[in-house]
Amino acid sequence: MELERYSYDNGIVKNFAFATLLWGIVGMVVGLIIAFQLFIPELNFSIPFLTFGRIRPLHTNAVIFAFVGNAIFMGVYYSLPRLLKAPMFSKILSNIHFWGWQLIIVAAAITLPLGITTSKEYAELEWPIDIAITLVWVVFGINMIGTIIKRRESHIYVAIWFYIATWVTVAVLHIVNSFEIPVTFLKSYSLYAGVQDALVQWWYGHNAVAFFLTTPYLGLMYYYLPKAANRPVYSYRLSILHFWTLIFLYIWAGPHHLLYSALPDWAQSLGTVFSVMLIAPSWGGMVNGLLTLRGAWDRVRQDPVLKFMVVAVTAYGMATFEGPTLSLKNVNAIAHFTDWIIAHVHVGALGWNGFLTFGILYWLVPKLWNTNLFSKKMANVHFWIGFLGIVFYALPMWFSGITQALMWKQFDDFGVLQYPNFLETVLQIVPMYIVRAFAGALYITGFIIMLYNLIKTIKQGSFIAEESAEAPALKPFKDTLRKGVIHRWLEGKPIYFTIVSLIVILIGGIVEFVPTFLIKSNIPTIASVKPYTPLELQGRDIYIREACNSCHSQLVRPFRSETERYGEYSKAGEYVYDHPFLWGSKRSGPDLHRIGGKYPNSWHYLHMENPRSTSPNSTMPPYPWLHLNDLNTTTTEAKINALRKIGVPYPDGYEKVANAELVKQADEIALDLQKNGIPAEPQKEIIALIAYLQRLGTDIKANKQLAGN
Amino acid sequence: MIKEILQSIEGVEIYPIISLLIFFSFFIGIAIWLWKMDKSQIIKMKKIPFNNDNNQNLISGETNEKNN
Repeated sequence: MELERYSYDNGIVKNFAFATLLWGIVGMVVGLIIAFQLFIPELNFSIPFLTFGRIRPLHTNAVIFAFVGNAIFMGVYYSLPRLLKAPMFSKILSNIHFWGWQLIIVAAAITLPLGITTSKEYAELEWPIDIAITLVWVVFGINMIGTIIKRRESHIYVAIWFYIATWVTVAVLHIVNSFEIPVTFLKSYSLYAGVQDALVQWWYGHNAVAFFLTTPYLGLMYYYLPKAANRPVYSYRLSILHFWTLIFLYIWAGPHHLLYSALPDWAQSLGTVFSVMLIAPSWGGMVNGLLTLRGAWDRVRQDPVLKFMVVAVTAYGMATFEGPTLSLKNVNAIAHFTDWIIAHVHVGALGWNGFLTFGILYWLVPKLWNTNLFSKKMANVHFWIGFLGIVFYALPMWFSGITQALMWKQFDDFGVLQYPNFLETVLQIVPMYIVRAFAGALYITGFIIMLYNLIKTIKQGSFIAEESAEAPALKPFKDTLRKGVIHRWLEGKPIYFTIVSLIVILIGGIVEFVPTFLIKSNIPTIASVKPYTPLELQGRDIYIREACNSCHSQLVRPFRSETERYGEYSKAGEYVYDHPFLWGSKRSGPDLHRIGGKYPNSWHYLHMENPRSTSPNSTMPPYPWLHLNDLNTTTTEAKINALRKIGVPYPDGYEKVANAELVKQADEIALDLQKNGIPAEPQKEIIALIAYLQRLGTDIKANKQLAGN
Repeated sequence: MIKEILQSIEGVEIYPIISLLIFFSFFIGIAIWLWKMDKSQIIKMKKIPFNNDNNQNLISGETNEKNN
């Protein structure tokens, strides 16, 4: 048979590798800064762009989409053509993909510190960037599926299935979660409100972990681990079972992020059941990875690449056992909103994603530059420093999380909260935060050692830009739907394969969404719950801009310890005008859903200027710029119009009088402050924020007054 | 509150059961299909990552063939 000659483009792999290294260090350093800010709040230097709320999303986005994202593309652009014996479909598309993705990252790095955010976790980027992400993602998809169609290998290896499932699911997740109505060029409101928004967001958030941090990395594992160990995967059958059950089950488990929330019970239970079932395919993958090394464990002792991979796969196993555990309702009651979750995600990010990436880089860079690794010893040092970094990160965060939960829930002999002041529970865990920051520094030190090692490796080698190869052309595929060859038929046709994957992942989403959306039109409205006033609305957008929800939840769960501390538990009907919802996912500070009316205006004014003036030793950063900046009221009309379009019942023509109402309410608050000896000016941003905070959770109280009357 | 509304959706309690059944049959389907799969095909497929390599002497080509 005649052999065809072609070549693999290593240039694009190199670009993505460099981007992985660059954004990896950026994302981790930002993470280290916010780790320090949690116990030294002055580290924001009273500068808005450096404040925790704004740069925490920068850290999460940089690590997930920049570091891990580029590592995925690096891994795919190397393995995909080799598995298919064909060059990538289009070099131009490869380059558009690369530069487009980097531009999106730069746009994120600029907009997030500026406070331009949708507030939805891991989906903070505003609508123009969302559109850019969609376009670049489509380019990636065309390039990948095009390559599969033009392949010279009849079978599609399991790693590629994971790539396809990743592509199709991330596309669905991104689009569904990004439905938003633009208000201005860089501001939008989520199309969904309250409970629905929360459900969509955590369906997205959970599956972003599944299909951005897990499935593509499993694909990478199925290629690079066998390559590095020089032996085929332990069980190919298991990999198929693992693949289909994993993508089927993952999509159902999102509601476990919303246990004890105002989400319907059955949806919560569904989330729990499917989370527990997820252990099976997850561990199937882990076992398959580890057993691939059967009989090669002696090499693991010597080869840093395998060491990194073994720890990565083990961390995957740990995180996927911990995840289902956390989604049991009784465990979740303790762990939710605490640092336990932070420990959990970092076992995944530092262990699974980080270490697998390092393993691949140590294997790939010498191959691309046709040389050996500069120093194995240095790689071993990196391994141990990184490993200690993970241990010293996870341990104090587990400890801190459980301490938080115990202190939040502790009642004394008289049946009152033992630690009624939330701040006490924060100060208790400061030592843990210090250890965690130290651990982060260790991990980054390891990363820098790797950087040096790889640069030295690159310097001693010479880059192979194009790697030539040859293989016979693919014979026309004649398999029909014969017994026993369904899958061979399916995998021979990448587009059908993609569609089947899509159907599989959609089933779970539909079962979750349909009932919850059926109630959309008639969610139990509470008569006294009214849309926000224009001033409150502007204040709410400041709350979003400063990402107060990074540290403060707005969801009082139905536990006695919470109703004692915060007030009545939260009802679904209270959020019907919340575009987007602001439930938060972590309590570094107390819940704010019932903050309205709890303190006088003057308290909020002083507290936001310098939290330590009202709460000694508070770890909240100061927000002095709110007292200096004038509120931008030019957007009020557009905001009212946009919200009305998506169902908030502002009366017709209200947008014309909205600013007059806003000024009136601001004057009242400023007057109250002035009476208390504070020289407040009504046009400042802080006034709007106070208006919003004082409104929070009070509608339901008005309901009671009505009933009482 | 929200429960009452959900109860008004006809047969909502069947949802979790249906979803479990869907998954169970899906799982059994895959298991049967895997069981019936041709072994030589599987061995061929698991070696795909090594097809480009000139040296075909995989350390464990044989040892891992038992477990496909």
